[in-house]
Amino acid sequence: MKQDRTLGNRLFDYTNHTLLLLLGIVTVLPFIYITAVSFTSPAEVAKGGFILFPKEFSLAAYRYIFSTSTLLNSLWVSIYITVLGTFINLLLTTLMAYPLSRPYLRGRKYIMLGVLFTMLFSGGMIPTYFVVNSLHLTDTLWSLMIPGAISAFNLIVLKNFFQQIPDGLEDAAKIDGCNDVSILFRIVLPLSLPAMATFALFYSVAHWNSFFSAILYINDSDKWPVQVWLREIVILAQSRIGDTSIEEADIQPLTIRMAVIVFSTLPILMVYPFLQKHFAKGALLGSVKG
Amino acid sequence: MSWREFYKNRWLYIMLLPGIIYFVIFKYVPMYGIVMAFQDYVPYRGIWESNWVGFKHFERFFSEPQFWMLFRNTFILALYNIIFFFPLPIIVSLMLNEVVTERFKRFVQTLIYVPHFVSWVVVVGVFYMIFTTEGGILNELIFAITGQKIAFLLEPGWFRTMIISQSIWKEVGWGTIIFLAALSGVDTQLYEAARMDGASRWRQLWHITLPAIRSTIIILLILRLGTFLDTGFEQIFLMLTSTNRDVGEVFDTYVYVKGMTQAQYSYSAAVGLFKSVIGLLLVVGANQLAKKCGEEGIY
Repeated sequence: MKQDRTLGNRLFDYTNHTLLLLLGIVTVLPFIYITAVSFTSPAEVAKGGFILFPKEFSLAAYRYIFSTSTLLNSLWVSIYITVLGTFINLLLTTLMAYPLSRPYLRGRKYIMLGVLFTMLFSGGMIPTYFVVNSLHLTDTLWSLMIPGAISAFNLIVLKNFFQQIPDGLEDAAKIDGCNDVSILFRIVLPLSLPAMATFALFYSVAHWNSFFSAILYINDSDKWPVQVWLREIVILAQSRIGDTSIEEADIQPLTIRMAVIVFSTLPILMVYPFLQKHFAKGALLGSVKG
Repeated sequence: MSWREFYKNRWLYIMLLPGIIYFVIFKYVPMYGIVMAFQDYVPYRGIWESNWVGFKHFERFFSEPQFWMLFRNTFILALYNIIFFFPLPIIVSLMLNEVVTERFKRFVQTLIYVPHFVSWVVVVGVFYMIFTTEGGILNELIFAITGQKIAFLLEPGWFRTMIISQSIWKEVGWGTIIFLAALSGVDTQLYEAARMDGASRWRQLWHITLPAIRSTIIILLILRLGTFLDTGFEQIFLMLTSTNRDVGEVFDTYVYVKGMTQAQYSYSAAVGLFKSVIGLLLVVGANQLAKKCGEEGIY
């Protein structure tokens, strides 16, 4: 909105812009700092001081990461669960949301109530663990994908989205001989691409960042996703500092710990600019109550 | 329902099946599994064969000195969250709303959304790297000025400050989205009319902008009250160390420690149930409150 160019208004605008710019800088500065240190030679880092741009550029930390099979292996685990997991999420959420969006389907109200109740009350960590365990999913990558296959919240938002699609399309397709499955996949889904892109983003970010389910369900360190290693190398190592019983060699140098942070964050930050348009819209989609 | 109608919609019902099976197995069977809180559950005997013990585990939990520690820690963190975190996205979105140049606004938004997309492990890791006394940049700075270092990560007195700062850094930007959406719906004619009447920027903010997002603020505050006990499990789990348990342990992390690391399944299921029931009561109560305030509520 336009405002008059009085002194008071200009002062207001300058202060506001400056504060917002500062906020933006404070938000991204830690990322820049950590990335810069990870590319700096350890000798330079040891001198201390604030590094915003690597003075002595060095790939040593990354060479170390890419020479350890554990970290590369965990990268594959993370990619695998993100791609396959997101596919499962989208498929199951869509399959359930579409019938629930048909107003004439008998019983949909009761199913919706059943879904809503799971958002208010849950069995909790221990009973859920026993269910996953009794299905022999523990120590398999399925335990990171199946127990969270449908998010009740996303399901409800997607159902509301499908409801907005005009009924006429469905009727026309039925006359042309489509059954409900082909209506969903050939007519409804192509019309819902922006929504699907948003859910794909939300689900895949959740998979990429998932960490606690791996702690809970996976003992075999060959199947640990990136985030679990990140915790081992950065956080657990750090809290052992000062503990005299731990040998120095157990704690990685600063540059390597920072490089691991970058390594585990980079994929998200790379897709961010491409998807930003979508998720801003998608978040609105989610916030509109329906 | 007639068989004919069922047959006509058979594909829809078939499509529903995987989802229903999912919710039954992974959401409702665990709810049934809660009965283990009233048993001395032994895994190889299962729920059918384990001995019933009534409220034994609950009695133990309420009489433990840890109960009040957990209660206090959970409560204080939740309260701090509402006092220090909750108002910030509102303030930032009001500030963004006053920005006239669309490009500058988008630029700032792009920057402040970023941390929402990184994991808690990364957030805690970044904080560790910056706040550590072993070469962390902030401590280097403090050392250069005061000649001393501050053990932000080990000192229990800093624990809550660290938790809240991390939440603020990670989620304030993202939290503005919903308020900006509410603000974009405000009729610009109102501002024009107000300016004609000589209203200053502050008066416009007070009399037009704030009332416009009032109901969004109330709804979100109520939702927040409903999930009052959810203090961010992953984050706290990651931040806990042997030195800060006295201020950091909350109901969720206690369930994990007792259940998964000490194998006291029934006891920790009882603690989990206690928390779930209180949580449910809070959600229902908060929703009633919303309706009393003349708002729509969340269900």
